[in-house]
Amino acid sequence: MMEFLNFYLFPGILLGCIYALGAIGISLTFGILRFSNFAHGDTMVLGVYITLSFVWLTDLHPLVVMPLAMALTAFAMLGMDRAFFKPFRKSPPIMSVIASFGLMLMIRSAVQFFWGTQIQAMVKGIQPPLQWLQPLMLREKQLYILGGTVILMVAMHLLLTRTKIGKAMRAVSDNPDLAALTGINTERVVQATWILGASLAVAAGVFLALDTQVETNMGFKMLLPMFAAAILGGIGKPYGAVLGGMVIGIVEEVSAYPWIGTTPLLNPGYKAGVAFAIMVLMLIWRPQGLLRGRQF
Amino acid sequence: MDLGLIIYLMSLLTMGGIYAVLALGLNVQWGFTGLFNAGIAGFLAVGAYTQAILTTPIDRDHLGAYDWPIPLAMVVAMVFSAIVAFAIAKICIRLRSDYLAIATIGIAEILRLVFKNELWATNGPRGVSQIPKAFEGVRFADIDWLTGDLSGWAALRYEAVSRGWMDVPLPTPEERFLTAGLFLGMVVAIVLVLYIALEAARKSPWGRTMSAIRDNETAASAAGKDIEAFRLESFVLGAAMMGLGGAILAQYLKQIDPQVADPLTATFLVWVMLIAGGSANNKGAILGAVLMYAVWSGTEILSQKLLTFLSSDTVGLLTLAEAGEWSIRFAYLRVFLIGLILQFILQRRPQGLLPEKRPKPRPKPSPRSAPEAEKTGSTQA
Amino acid sequence: MSAPVLELDGLYAGYGETEILHDIHLRVDEGEIVVIVGPNGAGKSTAMKAVFGLLNITRGAVRLAGTEITGTPPEKVVGKGVAYVPQTANIFATLSVEENLEMGAYVSSENPAPRIEEIYQLFPPLREKRRQPAGSLSGGQRQMVAMGKALMLHPKILLLDEPTAGLSPKYRGEIFHIVRDINAAGSTILMVEQNAKQALGIAHRGYVLVDGQNRHEGTGQGLIADEEVARMFLGAGGHG
Repeated sequence: MMEFLNFYLFPGILLGCIYALGAIGISLTFGILRFSNFAHGDTMVLGVYITLSFVWLTDLHPLVVMPLAMALTAFAMLGMDRAFFKPFRKSPPIMSVIASFGLMLMIRSAVQFFWGTQIQAMVKGIQPPLQWLQPLMLREKQLYILGGTVILMVAMHLLLTRTKIGKAMRAVSDNPDLAALTGINTERVVQATWILGASLAVAAGVFLALDTQVETNMGFKMLLPMFAAAILGGIGKPYGAVLGGMVIGIVEEVSAYPWIGTTPLLNPGYKAGVAFAIMVLMLIWRPQGLLRGRQF
Repeated sequence: MDLGLIIYLMSLLTMGGIYAVLALGLNVQWGFTGLFNAGIAGFLAVGAYTQAILTTPIDRDHLGAYDWPIPLAMVVAMVFSAIVAFAIAKICIRLRSDYLAIATIGIAEILRLVFKNELWATNGPRGVSQIPKAFEGVRFADIDWLTGDLSGWAALRYEAVSRGWMDVPLPTPEERFLTAGLFLGMVVAIVLVLYIALEAARKSPWGRTMSAIRDNETAASAAGKDIEAFRLESFVLGAAMMGLGGAILAQYLKQIDPQVADPLTATFLVWVMLIAGGSANNKGAILGAVLMYAVWSGTEILSQKLLTFLSSDTVGLLTLAEAGEWSIRFAYLRVFLIGLILQFILQRRPQGLLPEKRPKPRPKPSPRSAPEAEKTGSTQA
Repeated sequence: MSAPVLELDGLYAGYGETEILHDIHLRVDEGEIVVIVGPNGAGKSTAMKAVFGLLNITRGAVRLAGTEITGTPPEKVVGKGVAYVPQTANIFATLSVEENLEMGAYVSSENPAPRIEEIYQLFPPLREKRRQPAGSLSGGQRQMVAMGKALMLHPKILLLDEPTAGLSPKYRGEIFHIVRDINAAGSTILMVEQNAKQALGIAHRGYVLVDGQNRHEGTGQGLIADEEVARMFLGAGGHG
């Protein structure tokens, strides 16, 4: 039982938190800008490397400098939106999708050019599990990830339900034509979407880097589970993305548990395939997602 | 002309030609039918591995030793790619294009995992080597230059080498040159055949229906076309061509590993090629492939030359180790350049170098549906 | 005489290349309910969209209280005091009733709460449902949300595009009542309606558009009494 909790369920929940934070941006971008942003994973990578640089410069804990990296990445995202997405606001969405492919290549190769491709550690040294939680095996950094995710989710919820811009974001996502007729400044809503999506992506990336390591292709690896989470939850639904992320994270980890016999149910080499399988099943069974998102 | 340069140009054209096969395949899917395939790498890899496993003469820790003739393996490679495409299209083809994009990225990643994890079949990350290549071991002297045939003895020897009955003698430079030339000829011939066939298809009723579906799904549907079936056909056809590209690539490289499904070189480069050359224009697809591959490969050589110069004894700006590090980083700069070219084309010349040429309109063109003046659907007054 | 609240002066407009309105003249004075009626495809809704900057105006002018607003984009028109309630999809279905009303005041930086209170007094059923998603309300109540949202900023003129389309006769009567109440509370209204007879019944004045051109104009009662108008479509005026 403890083994199941410590080596399968908890890692799954942690991964789920990371996927959830990442998937929110994909879901929001789809809901408000109406296109699938394939550069989202690499926006995350950019934020992770900015965080890493701050850590090198200041020797502070990554979570301390993370807000600054979130702000910088969000700012960079606004610039990239202006340069690469804004020209296509009134074009068919597929133009933006292709542009996001190009942007994905550009961000990643820029990161690889400036930071190199060696695998890095966000925090040096190995952390032992916390003593006071025995026999549960959780490390301090993992508690930070859980706590950080909860804080960010609550912040997002308050933003979307209590602030004018948050309500306007939901309104544009709900009915963009009416939003324009109502006088909602769509451009500002778009900017808010990029800021929120990019910030949460950076948090997801830093959490992932804390839990594992920093590498330049972590964004592309995350892309599939994040999209699967967004689709599973119902695309355009931030809360659905959270739900979808948790489900996919947990299923990915728990699928390697020896449910039958003594060997892992699923060869861990195929873990990354779980997200895809869930996504395909969802497309067949319920394309609108668990929370009735927009159907393609 | 310098022989080295000629050999380089030949390799450039061969790779450009292989990419042209891929770009033509993508053109069938995207250019003519509007299907967003972001998993070209997956279909390419299926073709490449099929070719590799079916034709390798000896099995070294992987499935193989089937020793099939090269052309037959190429056909089967196409069929396997088509089957994978059929399965994925059956699920996703009716959904909005973004879904197809993410699903195809997914299938490509899964296939890469399979090639990496199923050691018994694919030898895992170490890959499959000694893949027979068409026209290997052919010698100038062996060819009857009057008829173009291999002389009897030479053909036998060629057969023996390709089947592994005879040790492969180290080819002389002359032989390598001949093989490369004949292989290039084969690639060019395949591209030409595909081009002619696709041009015919484009002008046929089938092709016209495709572009009608792409441009106005509702109208085409109203005209009684089974849209899903048409899109499925187009997707499968394009994927088969990608499988063919993979089968040729496997021969050309002589060895493959799961990196053959690298999304960067296998998927995105092909996209940039098609968009640069001109979507929905077959000439554009070929032109884009050759041109962008030249940029891709040319910038590599330029950066190498630059680094060699900078680290040379006379200049001495970089140590050899630094030059090595920078040569890796320059590779990323080239990727950045590819991304930038894509953005530039999208914004400045979205139709590509060679824009789409519409086939002559049908005898009786269907009227363009004008925007609704008043809302419809409520009762008339 | 002061300038009319809204004036369409010789308007030619359409979608892209297709011209739908040819030389439309129309005037709405302060405190009036003006109704546009006409057969399907006559350009009724199009005329309204032209006011709101939603389509190409090739010739002519739209004036709001004497100031030309021809071709002003919709988000700016809202700020100038025009509110538009489209025929369909006129609420944010996933937002609560109250959030819908708040969105109606998006362009203003003032606290919307007092005005929301006034809207609840105008439409009492909305108060008890204010936390519910607007999409879960009945058809009539959705129209209340849509109109309430449009009234949030005390618009100079309210444009209603077929507010009763798709509603049952019971709700239809209710909506016409609401329109009259809103007007009585001081709002000027321009309304497009299929249910010509009922709409003209509450209108001060009306216009009949046919094929994108003015055909008749007059007082509401006058148009109902007009034989040609009656022959054209008032006979079928009770349909849904």
